[in-house]
Amino acid sequence: MRLSKVISLLAALVLSSAAALADAPRRVVSLNLCTDQLAMLLAAPDQLKSVSYIARDPRASAMPEEAAHYPINYGGAEEVYLLNPDLVLAGAYTARATVNMLRRLGIPVYIMRPALTLDEVSIRITEMGAALGREEAAAALRSSFETELAALRITDGPRPRAAIYNANGWTPGENSLPSQVLKAAGFTNVATEAGFAYGGSMPLELLVMAEPDIIISAAAYDGHSRAEDILTHPALRALKGAVAGEQVGDNHWICGTPHVLDAVRNLSAARRALLEEAN
Amino acid sequence: MRLFLILATLVTVLFAVSLTIGPAETGGLQSLAALLTGSDGPLPMVMREIRLPRALLAALIGGGLGMAGAALQGYLRNPLAEPGLIGVSGSAAFGAVLALQAGLTATATLGLPLAALLGAVVGVFLVMGLAGARGGSLTLILAGIAISALAGALTSLVLNLSPNPFAANDIVFWMMGSLADRSMTHLWLALPFIVIGAGLLASTARGLDALTLGEDAAETLGLSLSRLRLLVVLGTAAIVGGATAVAGSIGFVGLVVPHILRPFVGAQPSRLLWASALGGAALLLMADISVRVILPDRDLKLGVVTALIGAPLFLHLIFKTRRELP
Repeated sequence: MRLSKVISLLAALVLSSAAALADAPRRVVSLNLCTDQLAMLLAAPDQLKSVSYIARDPRASAMPEEAAHYPINYGGAEEVYLLNPDLVLAGAYTARATVNMLRRLGIPVYIMRPALTLDEVSIRITEMGAALGREEAAAALRSSFETELAALRITDGPRPRAAIYNANGWTPGENSLPSQVLKAAGFTNVATEAGFAYGGSMPLELLVMAEPDIIISAAAYDGHSRAEDILTHPALRALKGAVAGEQVGDNHWICGTPHVLDAVRNLSAARRALLEEAN
Repeated sequence: MRLFLILATLVTVLFAVSLTIGPAETGGLQSLAALLTGSDGPLPMVMREIRLPRALLAALIGGGLGMAGAALQGYLRNPLAEPGLIGVSGSAAFGAVLALQAGLTATATLGLPLAALLGAVVGVFLVMGLAGARGGSLTLILAGIAISALAGALTSLVLNLSPNPFAANDIVFWMMGSLADRSMTHLWLALPFIVIGAGLLASTARGLDALTLGEDAAETLGLSLSRLRLLVVLGTAAIVGGATAVAGSIGFVGLVVPHILRPFVGAQPSRLLWASALGGAALLLMADISVRVILPDRDLKLGVVTALIGAPLFLHLIFKTRRELP
């Protein structure tokens, strides 16, 4: 290869990456718990200007300490506009009125769909990387996530039947991230057998009749709610006395981020304990 | 006596039907057999821990509310009086919500029904103070509306201020009432209060009969009006407190039942008391069966059904009262 060609190739490379840098948004504001976390994982220093207030709630967020370093917002169109963002990240369920208002004001809004499978977690990482102009960071994060997941994934051996049971009797069905995490950790989801495709409220009666091997719940919040009363119902307590119980907080699998690996890890350990006990 | 037999049979049948209804579709006879004799497997647990407390609570709370309505109507001699309508249930719900959110229920087992009882007592005294013991229908209802609105607003405020993200959704439960997923624990919380309240109201039977002659005549018969008033207030508050603490405010039971049964007991308040207890149990069992049949997958609130039955009757009663006014 002649030197001049190498030089022109190098020059082209430099120019194109400079162009990519120029294109990358510089003032990013995130309105949604899940975009908060992916953006915190991927954004360049000083690129992310604000995350939602929920990102600091350790009950919902897997990254509350990181979120403490960012100013928080409450997702109102007015406060977001005053932050003068050149990209706003929102979730599919973020208030439509806010998103539409911001778009009318000429601010680009990137809407991230929720990840319903572990493969979609990888896809969301790449998509977020592209939106932030951080393709390389995204590729690195994606490959480490996929390697770790492949090492953790349990594909053979017995599959105990697990039920995820939360406030209001809510249980995630087959097409949901928690259910896919269960599967990766070597469990079968009872809700899938009961025909819940996306999730719904499973009456306590049906849970008791399904006789799961393990029940997975989140810890109750402070204060009282009738929605959580069901988690201390004597029938559920009796059932939990007979079968194993495991606490997995919502923060681990509410969002499709590499933090779902923690949930896979915890649940695999629970499965090992369950199988050892059975032997 | 015949009325008693008919009502008791109705309650028994509805109680059995209530036990056989649930999302786990099990045969009726098989379910009842599991309840009485089952030992292994999930079905006896479903029957004993989930369906039995629900059916028992429906009968108990319905009975209590029916009786409280009959007693209030007898004492105030006003067919529009009912714990829900005059704001007593709302005040009880506010008391219960305060106790729950303040964490009082974690330290004292009976804290929840006691707080609801206290709320109910305050509610009854407020409404009677505002309307006057001899107040007309209109003042009574207006006072009730004001107290209901205030108690409802305070309940919503407390639930919105709660650190628990699910608490705000409970507003519907406290306003409309439900028996979904209640347990034996709730039954033991409500039972003593409702039984004591029913006992207090039963002791007013003769006084209420005497009161039909008019207050002066009743006093010459040796009736102490202030004692009667205290018994009615405390009995109603105990019943409504116990019921609301575990099932939320369920309206209109105490309005509909005495109204339907009054002609069958010759408009005699003492007989109306026990007839309304049985009738209330039947009505609430029926309402709780219908919420599960109409929308089996969702928690349709009991107050929706009782209001759909009760509100038209209430309108009819208002119309009748208006005609009787000069």
